[in-house]
Amino acid sequence: MCVCPGPRRIAIPVRSSRLPLLSDAMPAPAHLFPLIRSCEISRICSTACYCHHKHLCCFSSHFAHGHFRYAPQKRFAALYRPKENFNHFIHARDYASTPQRFYLTPPQVNSILKANEYSFKVPEFDGKNVSSVLGFDSNQLPANAPIEDRRSAATCLQTRGMLLGVFDGHAGCACAQAVSERLFYYIAVSLLPHETLLEIENAVESGRALLPILQWHKHPNDYFSKEASKLYFNSLRTYWQELIDLNSGETTDVKEALINAFKRLDNDISLEAQVGDPNSFLNYLVLRVAFSGATACVAHVDGVDLHVANTGDSRAMLGVQEEDGSWSAVNLSYDHNAQNEREVERVKTEHPKSEEKSLVKQDRLLGLLMPFRAFGDVKFKWSIELQKRVVESGPDQLNDNEYTKFIPPNYHTPPYLTAEPEVIHHKLRPQDKFLVLATDGLWETMHRQDVARIVGEYLTGVHHQQPIAVGGYKVTLGQMHGLLTERRARISSVFEDQNAATHLIRHAVGNNEFGTVDHERLSKMLSLPEELARMYRDDITIIVVQFNSHVIGACQNEEL
Amino acid sequence: MAAGTTRFCAGIVSTARHVSIELKMADYSNKLYQQLEQETGVQTGYMKTGSISLAQTQDRLISLKRIASSLNVMGIPCEIITPKQVAQLHPLINIHDLVGAMYVPEDALVSSANVSLALATAASRNGVQIHERTSVSHVLIQKGRVTGVETDRGKIQCQYFVNCAGQWAYELGHSGDEPVSIPLHACEHFYLLTHPLKEPLASSVPTIVDPDGRIYIRNWQGGILSGGFEKNPKPLFTEGRNQLEIQNLQEDWDHFEPLLSSLLRRMPDLEALQIMQLVNCPESFTPDMRCIMGESPTVRGYFVLAGMNSAGISYGGGAGKYLAEWMVNGYPSENVWPLDLKRFGTLQSSRTFLRHRVMEVMPLMCDLKVPRWDFQTGRQLRTSPLYDRLDAQGARWMEKHGFERVKYFVPPGKDLLDLDQSKTFYKPDWFDIVGSEVKCCKEAVCVIDMSSFTKFEISSTGDQALESLQYLFSNDLDVPVGHVVHTGMLNEKGGYENDCSIARLSKRSFFMISPTDQQVHCWAWLKNRLPNDSNLTMEDVTWKYTALNLIGPRAVDVLSELSYAPITPEHFPSLFCKEMSVGYANGIRVMSITHTGEPGFMLYIPIEYALHVYNEVMNMGQKYGIRNAGYYALRSLRIEKFFAFWGQDLDAFTTPMECGREFQVKLDKGMQFVGQEALLEQKQNGVYKRFTMFILEDHDTDMDLWPWWGEPIFRNGRYVGKTTSSAYSYTLERHVCLGFVHHFDEKTGEELVVTTDFINQGEYEIDIAGQRFQAKAKLYPFSSLFTQRRRKDEVELSGYQRE
Repeated sequence: MCVCPGPRRIAIPVRSSRLPLLSDAMPAPAHLFPLIRSCEISRICSTACYCHHKHLCCFSSHFAHGHFRYAPQKRFAALYRPKENFNHFIHARDYASTPQRFYLTPPQVNSILKANEYSFKVPEFDGKNVSSVLGFDSNQLPANAPIEDRRSAATCLQTRGMLLGVFDGHAGCACAQAVSERLFYYIAVSLLPHETLLEIENAVESGRALLPILQWHKHPNDYFSKEASKLYFNSLRTYWQELIDLNSGETTDVKEALINAFKRLDNDISLEAQVGDPNSFLNYLVLRVAFSGATACVAHVDGVDLHVANTGDSRAMLGVQEEDGSWSAVNLSYDHNAQNEREVERVKTEHPKSEEKSLVKQDRLLGLLMPFRAFGDVKFKWSIELQKRVVESGPDQLNDNEYTKFIPPNYHTPPYLTAEPEVIHHKLRPQDKFLVLATDGLWETMHRQDVARIVGEYLTGVHHQQPIAVGGYKVTLGQMHGLLTERRARISSVFEDQNAATHLIRHAVGNNEFGTVDHERLSKMLSLPEELARMYRDDITIIVVQFNSHVIGACQNEEL
Repeated sequence: MAAGTTRFCAGIVSTARHVSIELKMADYSNKLYQQLEQETGVQTGYMKTGSISLAQTQDRLISLKRIASSLNVMGIPCEIITPKQVAQLHPLINIHDLVGAMYVPEDALVSSANVSLALATAASRNGVQIHERTSVSHVLIQKGRVTGVETDRGKIQCQYFVNCAGQWAYELGHSGDEPVSIPLHACEHFYLLTHPLKEPLASSVPTIVDPDGRIYIRNWQGGILSGGFEKNPKPLFTEGRNQLEIQNLQEDWDHFEPLLSSLLRRMPDLEALQIMQLVNCPESFTPDMRCIMGESPTVRGYFVLAGMNSAGISYGGGAGKYLAEWMVNGYPSENVWPLDLKRFGTLQSSRTFLRHRVMEVMPLMCDLKVPRWDFQTGRQLRTSPLYDRLDAQGARWMEKHGFERVKYFVPPGKDLLDLDQSKTFYKPDWFDIVGSEVKCCKEAVCVIDMSSFTKFEISSTGDQALESLQYLFSNDLDVPVGHVVHTGMLNEKGGYENDCSIARLSKRSFFMISPTDQQVHCWAWLKNRLPNDSNLTMEDVTWKYTALNLIGPRAVDVLSELSYAPITPEHFPSLFCKEMSVGYANGIRVMSITHTGEPGFMLYIPIEYALHVYNEVMNMGQKYGIRNAGYYALRSLRIEKFFAFWGQDLDAFTTPMECGREFQVKLDKGMQFVGQEALLEQKQNGVYKRFTMFILEDHDTDMDLWPWWGEPIFRNGRYVGKTTSSAYSYTLERHVCLGFVHHFDEKTGEELVVTTDFINQGEYEIDIAGQRFQAKAKLYPFSSLFTQRRRKDEVELSGYQRE
């Protein structure tokens, strides 16, 4: 609920009190200073925020009071992406002799890493498992407080298939929260055949019990908003009613369903904010949802058909085991950001040539927003008049919020932003062993090839290691025994984690330059105080879906 | 030929087996293989090396001593030796962690493929045709009989078909016109081959079995062959054979690592020995670790021999012999019920069940076999409607034929040991719990859920049912309506195929109650023998009724309060059956039997009333001190009353005359019945074995090993038979063993007639793991000890469950 500078204010460190503390904590600050200095340290010291929101920078009141011209982008650019500097910082630290005060013990580290872990195994009658998904592991490590990432996983009960998604919020977590609650319902409804929709509508009409549409697989920390459920339900119902009226008679194409669901939900978020709600709490909620933003990366798995719908810069990656047992990664999504040339091109063609220069600045949309596609973020979608009207008629909290009042520069031909996903369809093959969905917090720190290897080796446990074959070599029992014992020792360290996502986070946060987990480093990273954590890492959310190669192989054979 | 797993088999012929029929099979195989080379001229590689089974713990040593006792009385040389002696017998062995071992000098090694070849050669000489490289696609069945097989080279007509397809037997069983369920499942099995040692191992070096280390080690061409049964087996071919061909199985060293560690601990000098190969040869396992043989219950002429649990070479010869006898004579020469296909039904045929169960069974090969062990996988398949209620009250469960049955109830606040720690050959931790349940049965009233019993209803439009049953059962069933009759279902030799209670519900319909595991066997037996008459129907109603056993002197009071029908002994004498209402529920079949000899009633309740009746009984019973009890209490009660149970004490080779049940046979009932002639002959000539009850005299319940079953019985120092069941009698405060006494001629070993005097005039000892305890033999129960007195013909001498 962090619409800055909302009720939970962004920390504004005061140099005198904060920095000495830091130097106690870590040997780092010396290396932090150059970075800060480059951003006009005098101004920062009094006003700059430590930005907890990565995608969309926050505006402190300072800017709103006439200093707007000091292109805030510059500051963002410096404050954002602390990672480049971070590496520098870590290396330097290796030589520092300052005694370490924050040093978490391995059990403490584990309890932090495991706090949000969740696993789901598809109930199986083994030997005869109809699902191509064996199960999934998921986990989150917050950097923001509160975390702005969300995750969802559910099984479609009225159609086949499983939905999994990660959502990265910015400018607060309201939008990510709403999307994580609602998007799968929109998708599931889009996939439903006409008769089922009718059945559901009739049930609602006559007050009968509703067919359950989704079976959620939630961590206890993954909450749903009770207050808004009625509102959300009504919007959803309107959607399926329209689907019923539209009845095309054709079978639903998954790709189309995903695109429609994304667009529809974003539209509903926008409309709800425009219409408002008589309940003041809800009214404020829908506005916060609309004014904050979220990216989404959602996978739909049904048999061998895997669809990934992506909006924004989270990423989906397939782990493939090659014939020789090694692991490789296949991207199943494209990042929607400035690094994606096609995406930059798309934005440019959607707006007049006169705006070409102002559209993308400092690798950001309108110089502000990192992802080029997102849910919510009506600041980049509504016309100026609409924004003003809504803000003025909105509750006081909203009116006091400088961020919502601020109109992006060079804002001429909205919308600049869309929630429409890019959908990639992939036919699963027996060598496709797992899928990783993760927010950019992971991808900033790890290369996908490493992710594929680490998860692959973790999931297959013993078997992934090149199987030993004696062949024609001369091997004695003693040598073999030594080799096997060593291999087992290596495995047992892997099994410290019972969850592939946790294992991956351990690597993402604790990897040293040799690609192995350095406990000291891990411990330090996790001991960072709340307000600092965001500078060194982003929220990380990971879902690792494991596939059942037997089922996939069998399906493939059937199709042949 | 012999190209399946036989080719890969480790070739160890070992007679060290727990189950007596398996022991006999292995012994026969050993003797057969020994002479095979001479008979056929085919080299079998037979080498009498002997085998040494090591014990790392005292419990293991007890287990070995029990086997040694059985081997000795069978005339198979065998001794328990010290670790030092082990070192003398084997040059490489590390003995520092051993407490003892068992040496069986006659055990042997063979080349399994060559044994197969020799057997095939011998068979061919006798006119057997062998078609190699011919696959059976289909078994042809007409009118419930095998008529032929369809192969890829055409059709072959036959009267008998034997499914010996090993791990493919399950699939082949399902490929006929009518499916035959053969519950087995394959697991990967690994063993290691090495190059010869520097000083090649002598070919006469004994085979080592180290069950605590989960491995076996034999010499192999101067090197060693070592495999084992790991804790985490890898089941395979769950979905059928097409997934993976047997030749393509990979070596998996990481999987083998624990076994390799174990091997190097046992023989540290092998470190420098060079590896030849790690062989992966799948073995098939069955749900109860015993092999599967016999005729299909549904298809006549369809025989099965499979599921050897990786002891195929040891059992092969003997199993073949019994099956051949079975096919030729209609029955084998030994009691093979423990291996009979009909102990299973289709309920054990789920692949998921099998996959999970064999993953438990395979490690069990090396686990300690202790009394009262229950399988942990594949559970909660068949349950009573009261399952949850009983479970919530502390029930501990065991399983029989897929049905969950209560062992005992753990009182609130009392904790028992963990499953693994509770393994013992001594006094178990539930001793006092069961004691108090027994006490309650004796003094007040207890409820035992006995829903697992097999229940059939046989009825007809005319007298067909009565006539048929009179022919098939030995007791007189032409009794007034409402009477319950205990009777044996005998075979031609007078042996018990089943032991049951039959209630005459009306002139033309009968309600038959048999042991739980009779569901398949009894059904097949009756189906094959009842006339094919549409006016005569038999229905399996097992699932329709929940059975509650109300045991104890106050049972009559509880039931009286719940019904307006008079229950007093004058109105409701022993061995009666009445349909009445209990509480709100009507149509409850109440029988005045308890299967224990104690007073009380069996309530057969249509399942939808089960919870209601149970609740009413428990509520009303409170003032009479009612409580739940389990099968362990029941067993103690029935054994101290000298009740024989089918499947445990009684089998197809035991006649009513041999177990003191003449009164359940009506030789003069006016019509012929199956087994009559054999019984008449026995009546005239006497019996060759006699069911006897033994009270252990100098046995300390707290300190001494407990008897189980299969303990040798000695009379005047000479072996006369084995026990079949045992229990602690809380009334006598002594252990009671039941068993059969034979009379072997001192010189010739020939079996002689056993007379009452012979029994009564002996001094008896029971051998428990090598230690002998004095026992007092009795042919009749201690009637004086028990308060309830009845007329002799009312004495109920039957019961139905096995441990």
